[in-house]
Amino acid sequence: MGLALLMALFVAPEDADQGVSQRIFYIHVPIALTAYYCFGLGAWKALRLLWRGEERYDLESYVAIHQGTIFGALTLITGSIWAKASWGVWWTWDSNQLVLFLTLFLFYCAYFMLRFSLPEGPRRARSSAVYALFGVALIPVSFLAIRLAEDFIHPTTFTREGPQMTGTMFATFCVAWAAVTLLAYVLYRVELAGKRADRDLRELRELLS
Amino acid sequence: MIRATGIEKRFGRRRVLRGVDVELDRAGLLLVTGPNGSGKTTLLRILAGLTAPTRGALEVAVDRGRLGYLAHEPLVYRELTALENLDLFGRLYRVPERRERIGMLLERFGLWDARNERVAAFSRGMQQRLALCRTLLHEPELLVLDEPYAGLDDAGSSLLDRELEELAGSRALVVSSHDPERLGPLASGRLVLA
Amino acid sequence: MTYLSDVAALTRKDLRVELRARDTLPAMLLFVLSTLVVFHFALPEGTGESAAYGLLWVAIVFTALLGLARAWVPEHEHGVLDSLVLAPCDRSAIWLGKTLATLVFLLAAQAVALPAFVLFFAPLDATALAGVLLADLGICAVGSLVAALAAAGRARELLLPLLFLPLAIPLVVGGVGAAISPDGGRYLLLLALYDAIFAVLSWASFEYVVTES
Repeated sequence: MGLALLMALFVAPEDADQGVSQRIFYIHVPIALTAYYCFGLGAWKALRLLWRGEERYDLESYVAIHQGTIFGALTLITGSIWAKASWGVWWTWDSNQLVLFLTLFLFYCAYFMLRFSLPEGPRRARSSAVYALFGVALIPVSFLAIRLAEDFIHPTTFTREGPQMTGTMFATFCVAWAAVTLLAYVLYRVELAGKRADRDLRELRELLS
Repeated sequence: MIRATGIEKRFGRRRVLRGVDVELDRAGLLLVTGPNGSGKTTLLRILAGLTAPTRGALEVAVDRGRLGYLAHEPLVYRELTALENLDLFGRLYRVPERRERIGMLLERFGLWDARNERVAAFSRGMQQRLALCRTLLHEPELLVLDEPYAGLDDAGSSLLDRELEELAGSRALVVSSHDPERLGPLASGRLVLA
Repeated sequence: MTYLSDVAALTRKDLRVELRARDTLPAMLLFVLSTLVVFHFALPEGTGESAAYGLLWVAIVFTALLGLARAWVPEHEHGVLDSLVLAPCDRSAIWLGKTLATLVFLLAAQAVALPAFVLFFAPLDATALAGVLLADLGICAVGSLVAALAAAGRARELLLPLLFLPLAIPLVVGGVGAAISPDGGRYLLLLALYDAIFAVLSWASFEYVVTES
């Protein structure tokens, strides 16, 4: 699985004949997409928790959102590097994607604050789940809002040409995308397994004491 | 009325209840005793449906609107008067002939003269009397009472004695108390938490 | 119909509590006026009206936060929320009652703040006012739910702004857009969409916030 990622990383620069700035695109966009579906997965698990009331969904939702936030932070970092390479500044409000991720990053940081301020138990599980559901509703609404906000925040929007991808570039993009998705899935599983082991160990210790 | 087996409750790492079984018929009084911190309040909150047990099976054969719950706190609005509080809960609990019922309860618990005073101005004992009015307002079939004697003076306590005696014949009651002697004769069952 | 009468009883109760205690509304009024005065000094000469509209929205959101921070305080004194949750009424009625009461406070604060804004800074047209009204709905609907989430935690006063502000960003975009854009209708549509989505979500999820099983 790690091999797939390494391959994508090695293959990607080969095709990047449009200058160094284009290279990060192969990492940035897959990471952003991965963050989206981590958030989506977190909300789905949250919905299942509220619907079915099974305790295990709480941990799954939390881990998915945790992964989403990590990938969201990476999106901001890679996006910032991209902005530096393309426009010479570390931050630009012109990129809707970046602004949206900043909003989401703040939102999900608040999610962790909420979680840490509540004692462990069904109430924390339910409150976190409700907030996670607000998160997925916020994504499209914020996206729309940020698109509309361009009008008055940047009255003179400059047009950027859409990336014209050649076949090989597209293939590289797909490999990178698959690799990042796989990476996210592995991380999700590893963290979930770790958290579960942690919990089981704690229960065992209590049982013995 | 209540059948609970193997109730366990944890708050984070702390275990408050472990393997508690509760059984109660349609009529009768279950007395819950135990030292401070033994989980009496937690168990009562679980039986009232306010807290979910971490483990264990719980069956309470009564709708939530037919349950009366008395807590440490009076569970009424500080800034409203006794009458306004009972009127609000009377509405929410769908009490028929609300006004008559409220008037009767206030009279019985000696709060009629204070009915238009804000709860914030009440003494602890008056608040407890008002809380009892609130609990009994909708004539619940199951009563869950956490330390009902707390804050009551002698007159209030003997009033409550009579009230509980009457109720125990026809309703299901779960009562926690520090003072098991007082309720001993009424109790049809006992649960000692450690 | 019992649903609506429950909501009415709960809203009336909140208004009555506020009328007695006078905790929230005077604070909101004073806060929003002070903020506007501070803004006068924060806005350099010649920044234009657009900046003023932006600051108006900052003032509105923070005034609403002030009100929301107090929204569930009466329920937490004496643990009243427990007896509301045990009542046989639909739990979402508790949320709706709180939302309406908060809306009344916010509108009352704005009844003073908006004329003051017009007097001090810049005029407001019908679209801008419609934007304020639509955003108020969203603020109160989401705010009263998020305030209930925050109220359960430690450090609830700190938690509420953190939970609420990311959710308020689209509302600010809509409100400012409605005030300054020549094509304000699109922003009103955004606000209406926000209100619809989040009101339904809050209405449906409130029960889970106040119960455990």
